[in-house]
Amino acid sequence: MSGEASKSIPNDVLWGGGRSPFSVSYGKMMMWFFLVSDALTFSALLVGYGFARHSMPPGGSWPMGESVFRALPFLHGDYPLIYVAFMTAVLIFSSVTMVLAVEAGHRMYKQGVIKWLFLTVIGGAIFVGSQVWEWGHFIHGSGGSITMMDGSKYWVHNDEHDTENPTEAAGFHLVKAEGDRYLYGTEEVEGNEAKAIFAERVAYTHGASPMWSSEGTIENEYGQPQYANFFFFITGFHGFHVFSGVIINFIILIMVARGVFHRRGHYEMVEKAGLYWHFVDLVWVFVFTFFYLV
Amino acid sequence: MERDDIIEYSLDAHHSEEHGKQIRRKIWMVTAFLAAVTAVEVFLGAYWRNIFPVETHAAAWQWVKWGFIVLTLVKATYIVMTFMHLGDERRSIRSVILLPYGLFIMYLIFIAIWESNYVNRMLELFQ
Repeated sequence: MSGEASKSIPNDVLWGGGRSPFSVSYGKMMMWFFLVSDALTFSALLVGYGFARHSMPPGGSWPMGESVFRALPFLHGDYPLIYVAFMTAVLIFSSVTMVLAVEAGHRMYKQGVIKWLFLTVIGGAIFVGSQVWEWGHFIHGSGGSITMMDGSKYWVHNDEHDTENPTEAAGFHLVKAEGDRYLYGTEEVEGNEAKAIFAERVAYTHGASPMWSSEGTIENEYGQPQYANFFFFITGFHGFHVFSGVIINFIILIMVARGVFHRRGHYEMVEKAGLYWHFVDLVWVFVFTFFYLV
Repeated sequence: MERDDIIEYSLDAHHSEEHGKQIRRKIWMVTAFLAAVTAVEVFLGAYWRNIFPVETHAAAWQWVKWGFIVLTLVKATYIVMTFMHLGDERRSIRSVILLPYGLFIMYLIFIAIWESNYVNRMLELFQ
């Protein structure tokens, strides 16, 4: 009955033998540990989102992604999820260029690393810029809803997503709300009749800022204010990761161009930055599913 | 600064031109797969209401929703295993990363569903 401590273990199977059982470098292992802790943070945020949403009573007013995210820059009309699909594609392709940069680094091919890393930085910058526009549009709102004297509610639609003078915009019409869920309803009212109803409203709720509803609850265009809170927190936290990833990749790009890693004999720094960058892509895959699709 | 107390595992990561070609092929295959899955997801997400007849929406949504979750996990597996090269690492480091995380998250999801079911029922009762 001897314990582990008294067992003699050959030195070369231990770290004292000069090799790690993981067979990865210290830097890479620490990057993985950091990513696990970061993954726990993101998981907690998404699980918190699921908790809030699932706690709502049946028939609640939690909006659906394809109703909320339906605008494109410079274009009028509704294009459900197209913009966020574009953002997803940009991020996946910047992940691909990153893995190609890592591969070029393994061949000690400096020009290849520079080319692919440069494209990765560009892709990340496009993603962050796209998110700025999306936030802007989310805050501005796509149409909103009006509440009438008798408590009934209409969704306001127009092709230009105008929330200042919606009645003047092209394609203005109202849809009678069925329940509180964003944009749910089938009965359409158009033309002067719609304008007359709009003129008799007691409240016009639009955009992401919470307002008092006629029933004394706080809501914004999308329904429960928690929805917008989670949207800003989760996509904001992710967007900040993308932003810092772009900065890190840019610094590494300069170091590659100056030949720092070539002199060192390996491009592992590109690989470590790549791990972080892929992780950002990985998180987006989950945010995309749980925020925009489900 | 030279240090002789660190084994450079990173030097083992080098590969030849020939092997690089294979790896690049794999990368582009995975890319095509991820792009295709995302395209299917976006199409379903945007138009599932038009694809299925109105009276089956409640049941269809369950299938679409769980389909999204499964496809997401498949995508995540490919990103972690191929793009992050975790599939090429030793099994010991793979387990150290994935098992504790997986166990903890499964527990967190379980507890969140359990509790939110309760809150949901209470809100319904006292509304």
